[in-house]
Amino acid sequence: MSEALKVPTMAECMAEGRQPEILFWVGSAGSYDDRAKKITRAFVKILNNANVDFAVLGTEESCTGDVAKRAGNEFLFQMQAVTNIEVLNAYGVKRIVTACPHSYNTLKNEYPQLGGNYQVQHHTQFIEELINAGRLIIEKENSFKGKRITFHDPCYLGRGNSVYEAPRALLKAMHVELVEMKRNKKTALCCGAGGAQMFKEPEKGDKDINVLRTEDALETKPSVIATGCPYCNTMMTDGVKFKEKEAEVTVLDVAELIANAQNL
Amino acid sequence: MDYLPNIIFAIILILGIGYFAKNVKSLIRNIKLGQDVDVSDHKSQRWKNMAMIALGQSKMVRRPIAGFLHVVVYVGFIIINIEVLEIIIDGLFGTHRIGLKILPESVYGFLIGSFEILAVLVFVSVTLFWIRRNVIKLKRFWKSEMTSWPKNDANFILYFEMVLMTLFLVMNATDVHFQHLNSGNVISQFIAPWFGNLSEGVLHLIERTAWWWHIIGILIFLNYLYFSKHLHILLAFPNTYYGKIAPKGQLNNLEAVTKEVKMMMDPNIDPFAAPAEGAEAEIPAKFGASDVQDLSWVQLLNAYTCTECGRCTSECPANLTGKKLSPRKIMMDTRDRLEEVGKNIDANKGEFKDDNKQLLGDYITTEELWACTTCNACTEACPVSIDPLSIILEMRRYLVMEQSAAPTELNNMMSNIENNGAPWPYNQMDRLNWKDE
Ligand code: SF4
Ligand code: SF4
Repeated sequence: MSEALKVPTMAECMAEGRQPEILFWVGSAGSYDDRAKKITRAFVKILNNANVDFAVLGTEESCTGDVAKRAGNEFLFQMQAVTNIEVLNAYGVKRIVTACPHSYNTLKNEYPQLGGNYQVQHHTQFIEELINAGRLIIEKENSFKGKRITFHDPCYLGRGNSVYEAPRALLKAMHVELVEMKRNKKTALCCGAGGAQMFKEPEKGDKDINVLRTEDALETKPSVIATGCPYCNTMMTDGVKFKEKEAEVTVLDVAELIANAQNL
Repeated sequence: MDYLPNIIFAIILILGIGYFAKNVKSLIRNIKLGQDVDVSDHKSQRWKNMAMIALGQSKMVRRPIAGFLHVVVYVGFIIINIEVLEIIIDGLFGTHRIGLKILPESVYGFLIGSFEILAVLVFVSVTLFWIRRNVIKLKRFWKSEMTSWPKNDANFILYFEMVLMTLFLVMNATDVHFQHLNSGNVISQFIAPWFGNLSEGVLHLIERTAWWWHIIGILIFLNYLYFSKHLHILLAFPNTYYGKIAPKGQLNNLEAVTKEVKMMMDPNIDPFAAPAEGAEAEIPAKFGASDVQDLSWVQLLNAYTCTECGRCTSECPANLTGKKLSPRKIMMDTRDRLEEVGKNIDANKGEFKDDNKQLLGDYITTEELWACTTCNACTEACPVSIDPLSIILEMRRYLVMEQSAAPTELNNMMSNIENNGAPWPYNQMDRLNWKDE
């Protein structure tokens, strides 16, 4: 675990005069949020392990503007987008991988109209590709084999972009016992963080959305709730704490599951 | 004198269709109050969506029981209405069962026989629908927006269909001439004995009465549509055609903002220079939407198409957790306000006179708007491709860009993005710190 991560930046690659295979878009949560940083590190371990030639923007990355747009501030969104697109285009970026479905959606669907055209993948899609290409090997005998695990579909990956199978394929590759919640895939319930809700108190109601969603998950009696989004991860973690189930259930990103299972 | 019924029939028919046409005209006028959007792209995908979703009811059957019953009523209603063609010809020309004269008896019998079976199936389905609403009281039909008119409207339609189907069967059962043919009266033959000891004259009278009420009922029903959520039987088709094609996660780009942002960011443009000719006209009066005229015509079409089924609301995470937001209510409010604006225009000789009201505030509250997680559960659930989320977003845009009226925490988040490039107050130079932690 103590082994230092190899995280080249685009600026360094540029200086060496080479173009990495992919750009890893870390996202604001992945950069600053303590819980999400662990997901970022887990994904980098996987990239390092598979010898993927990647780079990050580092301090040149800025918020995609997803939350601003969804809050209704189209100005701020477009300012962010145009700035980011300038940086990305200056580096000649073609392929982007991100562990955040919000960044994924925005980069893939909302940047093209502003002049940013990239091939964008969610980290679960990219990892699946690595496995299929034989670049990453997941041992059948791993610490999660046979464990009851349920996957919470992030709205912006699932309904937003119809990606349902990639994260499930990874869980299957780990030979876990995948259990579905009653609301899954197209009908999955939101974790409650999207649309800028992450940054404000919820409106008055009789329950918080993340608690309801955690109840959905707990009904499947899982030992792990798997997520594919830093915001979902926070929301579900809070939900599990609210239900006082931290002792029995952990919340882990699919990338963390793989990194942990492989002892990376 | 012999022609009197034909003339009366023609007058009723013209009045019925004429009034409907007039209402369709104001419907189209109202929808056109919306902003223009370009929906000329993806033609083949759009036709496909219409065929699958509206014609094929692909999204209805996701809830199997309701879906199945709905398909029965839908198919039944359309097919039985072929009968209306015969009624119209008979009515106008004073013939009786013209079909029998032009079709072989077996074919005619087969047609009427299938109509009769469908009529019974429709009757049963409609009864089950009624029970589901009024006896089982399915939760989504008893939300706060489903009182008074919206609730009665739904029941009226069900009664209407029951009456129409009954009239059709009674008409066949009492048509002595038709009963004697013994062809096609697969259901009505069992009803006929109920009228067993009546004289032929009385039977004829009942038959005529049922016949007249059947066609009058259909014309009333046609005209009722405009005032009812039942408008979806017509509008579902254009609505699914013009429905969103882009991935659900993608929110539309505001072109007007793009122009301004490009200008702001372009060092070659002198901000104090006189605007190029015509440039001013391009800047919209308003960012976002505070009233129905600010929405696009597709969104207004959405509002008229909404069937108030509440499938959206029953999947909405905000609504499920007791918040005020109900995507169905967003659509109903939009429609109600649009109707109000339309009436205002009618009353003021074609011009809208400010009534000191608007969609935002008078119909939809900010509390509802800020509760949305943009999760797209509503758009996924809607069986007729309605997009409540797009209206919520336009209204948030108005609140934020025109009124700076976002909740304080969101304002903080936005100023963090402006200053630090992240929604949190951290230094951009710390973005890579995770690497060594
Ligand atoms: S997008 Fe908004 S309105 Fe629609 S279901 Fe989700 S929270 Fe409800
Ligand atoms: S928006 Fe769609 S799902 Fe919601 S009530 Fe209207 S028709 Fe039903």
